[in-house]
Amino acid sequence: MGVESGAIPVKAGRMGSLVSKARAWYSGVPLLGWLLGVLVAVALEHILGRRVARALGMSKEPVLFGFVTMLRDPALLPSAVLYVLLIYLLPIAAVARLTAQLTNRLAATLLSLSSGVSSAVHLGLIYGALHLWSDLSDYRLLLVRLTLIAIMVTLSLNLVNGYMGEFSCSHPGFMALGAYTASVFTVILFVDDRVFGAPLLALPPLLGQFVFPIALILGGVVAALGALLVAVPSFRTRGDYLAIVSLAFMFIVKSLIENLEIVGGPRGLQGQPDWANLPTVFLWAVACIWIINNFVRSTLGKALNAVRDGEMAANAMTVDTRRTKMVAFLFAAFWAGVAGGLFAHVLRYVNPGTFDLKKLAEVLAMVYLGGLNSVMGSIVGAVGFNLLSEALRPLQIIKWMIIPVLLILVMIFRPTGLIAFREFDVQELIRPKGEPQQH
Amino acid sequence: MPSLQVEGMTHYFGGLRAVHGYDLRVEPGQIRGLIGPNGAGKTTIFNLVTGRYTPTEGRITLEGEEITGLEPHKIASKGLGRTYQNLRLWRHMTVLEHVKLARYSKIGYGLVGAFFGTSRRHREEAEIEERANTLLELVGARHFADQVVTSLPYGAQRRVELARALATEPKILLLDEPTAGMNLEELVQMMDIVRRIHDELGLAIFLIEHRMKIVMELCDVIQTLVFGQVIAEGTPNEIQRNPAVIDAYLGKDVVT
Ligand SMILES: Nc1ncnc2c1ncn2[C@@H]1O[C@H](COP(=O)(O)OP(=O)(O)OP(=O)(O)O)[C@@H](O)[C@H]1O
Ligand SMILES: [Mg+2]
Repeated sequence: MGVESGAIPVKAGRMGSLVSKARAWYSGVPLLGWLLGVLVAVALEHILGRRVARALGMSKEPVLFGFVTMLRDPALLPSAVLYVLLIYLLPIAAVARLTAQLTNRLAATLLSLSSGVSSAVHLGLIYGALHLWSDLSDYRLLLVRLTLIAIMVTLSLNLVNGYMGEFSCSHPGFMALGAYTASVFTVILFVDDRVFGAPLLALPPLLGQFVFPIALILGGVVAALGALLVAVPSFRTRGDYLAIVSLAFMFIVKSLIENLEIVGGPRGLQGQPDWANLPTVFLWAVACIWIINNFVRSTLGKALNAVRDGEMAANAMTVDTRRTKMVAFLFAAFWAGVAGGLFAHVLRYVNPGTFDLKKLAEVLAMVYLGGLNSVMGSIVGAVGFNLLSEALRPLQIIKWMIIPVLLILVMIFRPTGLIAFREFDVQELIRPKGEPQQH
Repeated sequence: MPSLQVEGMTHYFGGLRAVHGYDLRVEPGQIRGLIGPNGAGKTTIFNLVTGRYTPTEGRITLEGEEITGLEPHKIASKGLGRTYQNLRLWRHMTVLEHVKLARYSKIGYGLVGAFFGTSRRHREEAEIEERANTLLELVGARHFADQVVTSLPYGAQRRVELARALATEPKILLLDEPTAGMNLEELVQMMDIVRRIHDELGLAIFLIEHRMKIVMELCDVIQTLVFGQVIAEGTPNEIQRNPAVIDAYLGKDVVT
């Protein structure tokens, strides 16, 4: 007894000190260093991935950090783990640590130029890593783009359900409006379509990149107009009308499109031009995060929190609470609409069945998993949910038991989500980190 | 011109007549008191004046401008600040955010500034923050600025609410039992602060208070309300000696 109870703390202590040592060892690595590490790892996969995979007995690089591989064929588990270790973890850890001094100095220099320049360089590295990683398979390219779009949808819903504390269910409806508006616009104008006939404007394909933003913004605006229909009755009186009205709205939009033969009815609409490539989706996602984060950190945006935590007091403190709610709701719908437009052009096909209760459940799950009232939470929620959902795909039906159980666990242990009520401070993220402590 | 004037205000909650034929005239720079037993209708008068309820009858003017029936946020931005009997703070927000937010109606950068972080926004936010810090200094809560408001001791929460009301730049400040639930130390501090904001900012103050000592010390003129009706109005001395007041209120409650 005495020996055992003595042995365990020693062991835990050793483990603990190892962890804290590693943490101290890496506390001096700035974000720039980590991103550099990731970029190197991804580049390494580009060059050596195939050979390493073959050497480990796999036919090609594991597509999603080995998860899919090992779930399909458990015998390959050691190979998959080894691959992830060799290609991703070790190089990232090594590069991040070894270049820490350099990246710290670089981060300081960049920040002294301007935080805009520094942010741009960080974003460049992120884009570079995503580009190289998704270059290896079409599946990855699709997954990255859909995840970026999911971030936009999640963040915009967080604005309403988290920052403003209402419960809205109409986001799939707004996405549908955006998806169809943008699609109809691009298909009529620029594509030789069966239904809509020859393109009204025959543009050289390169120019599409300049017209596409118009289509997306148009989709966002139509979604915002739809939001107006929900907002006017819901926000006129106090009480929880929004949940019901917005749910009804989602179903109405879906059945409206199903009955609209001109856009294909339940069969859907296809043939969207291939304009939603990775850089385009990436830029829109960055714009969405940047603008929403600006908004929620301004005093005008903080009014949403005051409305949530005490509408009456907010009103007595000069806040026009109805206007605040309207603006936030329409703004959120706009971004859902833009995301919908991107979604339709990534898949180059859209049908009304996509925007149903299942979609709603997914979006809500991402918001509540990631964390209410938090930009970082929405990013983590969307990325986490999408990766998890893809990684568990080989389990088929069991996947839909594991994911809800995980969600319930999160709700029990972290009722407001993983990273809730946190400010997303870019300045803080990109600053150089102090020298690691000496031991 | 009076800071705040109320004429013939009556309010019904369904069949209950909570306020009846209420008149009030607060001169600039005056400190006014409103006392009365529980359920007399004191808080209801505040809620009527601030626009939370629209009076069944009557007329309310703020510096000569009629505000009857306006939305609360419009009345507040015209210069009427208030605190609450039971604190109404925003539980996820920091102390500084509370005070900054009360300047909402004075923000000029608009949605463009909010979305795109223009230089005008950064300038205005810096100004708002400086002003908020000054007010927090005034109520002795500056060192709490970055804390979430629920983590503060009770007395400090009341002072934050006061700073928040001041940030709306009121011409008249309505305080609903500013010392309710406070211990002696907090109470003395609160009285000091009320005096100081009155002297430094030159506001008119209209306060509801149960502790007689405070009302008697602070107020120039006091009204006594019973069942929604004013039964006596006068200086602290007059009120203390008024038999109707002693009978209805002071006699039964404590004369502390
Ligand atoms: N929203 C409401 N609906 C119905 N009745 C109300 C409402 N608000 C207050 N009342 C009633 O009006 C009367 C006056 O209430 P009020 O809160 O104004 O009293 P008060 O003088 O502030 O009392 P206290 O000293 O307890 O704060 C009470 O009988 C109360 O029950
Ligand atoms: Mg009261």
